[in-house]
Amino acid sequence: MRVRIKFSKHGVVKFIGHLDIMRYFQKAIRRAGIDVTYTTGFSPHQVMSFAAPLGVGHYSNGEYLDIEVNSHNGRQDMIDRLNGAMVPGIVIENIVALGDNAGNAMASVAAAGYTLEWKDGYEVPSNLEEVVFEFFGQECIMVTKQTKKSTLELDLKPGIYEIEATADSIYMLVDASSSGNIKPTLLLEAFYSFVGKEFDPLAIQITREETYTDIGKNGKRELVPLDAVGEDF
Amino acid sequence: MRDYKLALSDEILMQVEKPARYIGNEVNAVNKANDPNVDIRFAMCFPDVYEIGMSHLGIQILYDMFNQWEDVWCERVYSPWVDLDKIMREKNIPLFALESQDPIKDFDFLGITIQYEMCYTNILQVLDLAGIPLRTKSRTWEHPIVVGGGPCVYNPEPIADFFDIFYIGEGETRFRELIDLYKEAKANGDSRESFLRKAAQIPGMYVPGLYEVTYKEDGTIASFEPIFEELPRTIHKEMVTDVSNTYYPMKPVVPFIKVTQDRVVLEIQRGCIRGCRFCQAGQLYRPVRERDVEVLKKYAVEMLKNTGHEEISLSSLSSSDYSQLEELVNFLIDECKATSTNISLPSLRIDAFSLDVMSKVQDVKKSSLTFAPEAGSQRLRNVINKGLTEEVILQGSALAFKGGWSRVKLYFMLGLPTETEEDIRGIAELSNKIASTYFEVVPKEERKGAPVQIVASTSFFIPKPFTPFQWARMNTKEEFIEKAYITRRAVMEQLNQKRIKYNWHEADVSIIEGVLARGDRKLADAIEMIYKKGCIFDSWTEYYKNDVWLESLAECGLDPAFYTTRERSLDEIFPWDFLDCGVTKEFLMREWKKALNEEVSLNCKTQCQGCGANKYGVGICTVDRTAKCEVVTESSNEAEGGN
Repeated sequence: MRVRIKFSKHGVVKFIGHLDIMRYFQKAIRRAGIDVTYTTGFSPHQVMSFAAPLGVGHYSNGEYLDIEVNSHNGRQDMIDRLNGAMVPGIVIENIVALGDNAGNAMASVAAAGYTLEWKDGYEVPSNLEEVVFEFFGQECIMVTKQTKKSTLELDLKPGIYEIEATADSIYMLVDASSSGNIKPTLLLEAFYSFVGKEFDPLAIQITREETYTDIGKNGKRELVPLDAVGEDF
Repeated sequence: MRDYKLALSDEILMQVEKPARYIGNEVNAVNKANDPNVDIRFAMCFPDVYEIGMSHLGIQILYDMFNQWEDVWCERVYSPWVDLDKIMREKNIPLFALESQDPIKDFDFLGITIQYEMCYTNILQVLDLAGIPLRTKSRTWEHPIVVGGGPCVYNPEPIADFFDIFYIGEGETRFRELIDLYKEAKANGDSRESFLRKAAQIPGMYVPGLYEVTYKEDGTIASFEPIFEELPRTIHKEMVTDVSNTYYPMKPVVPFIKVTQDRVVLEIQRGCIRGCRFCQAGQLYRPVRERDVEVLKKYAVEMLKNTGHEEISLSSLSSSDYSQLEELVNFLIDECKATSTNISLPSLRIDAFSLDVMSKVQDVKKSSLTFAPEAGSQRLRNVINKGLTEEVILQGSALAFKGGWSRVKLYFMLGLPTETEEDIRGIAELSNKIASTYFEVVPKEERKGAPVQIVASTSFFIPKPFTPFQWARMNTKEEFIEKAYITRRAVMEQLNQKRIKYNWHEADVSIIEGVLARGDRKLADAIEMIYKKGCIFDSWTEYYKNDVWLESLAECGLDPAFYTTRERSLDEIFPWDFLDCGVTKEFLMREWKKALNEEVSLNCKTQCQGCGANKYGVGICTVDRTAKCEVVTESSNEAEGGN
């Protein structure tokens, strides 16, 4: 049976990168005594799929991974066992069983919501609510994206599904699919260039609030959290 | 969670490589932050980068031991990598411990494990960043007591001025006494000097500031004396007598980032029966003491469960000599199969049993066999007392080749005592014979996949204290390079030369390691100067600055040749002679003479060689052996230190 695990990540563990979080979960699942499925051969691996890598330094309230288990004692038992094996800062928020037709976590990702907050000692751009409104009101939001091979001119506008601001924070819901992923820092860069200021990535604490999959039909987008496609067990 | 205290700001952590090195909070890390019972803060340091330090079993053992004690909180500290080192100096950030993130300077003790000579500048880096005066004589109660341990303290003299105490021997035995004495001294309002003077009377504790050395005109030692009468003239090593009934970490700390030893480590025994004459560990940890196999099975299961590691590894100097190896390995194979755990088996003698085991636990096609003949000819292998013969190597290789292996790694040393060009050429010839063996035992139609490959590596021999070769002359850099060249040329002359790959080590750093290994107190000024000129991480090739080392030694009026290539007479007082590592100087001298006569000595299991370690009355020394003790006990080594 495949299960989807939702976890949050706060505190000092924000400095643990994606690959190390994968290693962390492999060991945590063993400590928790979960009857996880392994590949066969001389170096067996757990069958595991992570949704979307989280940048180093970011917090999250909505991270996901799928694993396959041979047996279990129900949803709550699995949540409790895993939470017993976590370090402070990482909390198992939910686990659901996936149907046979559900895609894996990585392939399922369509969008992600982020909160951006200014850290202590850094200046919030003045009139944030208005400026963000104006920024989003542009016809297109062009950025230059540096890839390994070339530089790309890119319009971010179609990938921004929602953006709103308070006096000192921004929330944005953006494309997080493998083909069109928008990194929040890329959008911030564009925003700072719009307000005519230098962007300092250290100024802002980014929290991923949720990771979404698209269950819409006929090209109509319908975003639901990644654990909404599973069931209790 | 968002308020967890860190010593470094987000800004710093986001700009250094691998910030996870500095945040603590790992699985099984011990946090006693709000524990009212904690009276003693102990910072345990491995003076190298986190990934190296976290792979060290000794620290995990002591970390677990200290934290079992209610009144002690032991935390870890490692050398900040060069990027953070620079930032900490610029911004005056004091070095901190991982768990509490508190400054090291506020701790009661700073324990530093000293595993290799080339970390000496990193010791100064740690002290300096912590804000602790580099020299013991400049410290006050404001500073932690700085304690050194590990194999390098068997000649602590080059770094003697930087330590308050050296703990000689295995750490499990005497720390409780030291800590109790410290608490008492603090409660009584004793001076730091008075505490150290009392500490020097605890067995195994060497307080270097309380001993004075005088030198002869030629630079060798004239005398080594304690400055107070009550202090021991000889400091005896500490040793765990029952290794099945002592501290062992059931919950080792599990790092977030990949470290060198990313697995459960099961130490199956301490010590080695073999008595290879170049090997320091083989002498220091005598007598060999095995852990009970049932205890080890329990540990393995427990530690895998508590860490979640996907791999377990056996650790010892020579695992094949562990008497219950077969039972342990078979147990692990079953256990690991059930839990999809990998087994890594280092240092096994190649025979039918080990090949069978290896074929069960690893992919034969992807793995290689390792032999360490150490010398190219049988003559020289007799000199160094390496029991491995050509016949055994070729038989083992033949067995392995038939079993599907096709890659062989060979380790040799260049510059061993009495070495001739013929011995060196033997390295190439042996490699060639192994390649030929492949073609003999594997029929053409079965030679699938990658063709046979022999990788021969040489390192340069560095004489170490407390080995029979402590009297040996070390080669010069030029001699080393010439010898590597002879080896390479000889490899190229072999029939199967295309199947042999030859690697050799850097010579420069070997010379400096040679200087430090048999060095004396005169080196302290040079080490400090080298550190102050910006050298740290000398064991990392990219940061090692040979010219700074050579020029600073010269500026301090020191000649590397005095420590390396000089011929030492049998009656010379060595800087480490005041220590008793368990084997007597007479035994080492006897072995040195036998070496020069190309005579081998049997291993401890076959026949006692009278090394002196039987005074402990434990381990192999208590086992009834087939051949009886040849030389019973020598004169007591009590008088050795001062004469």
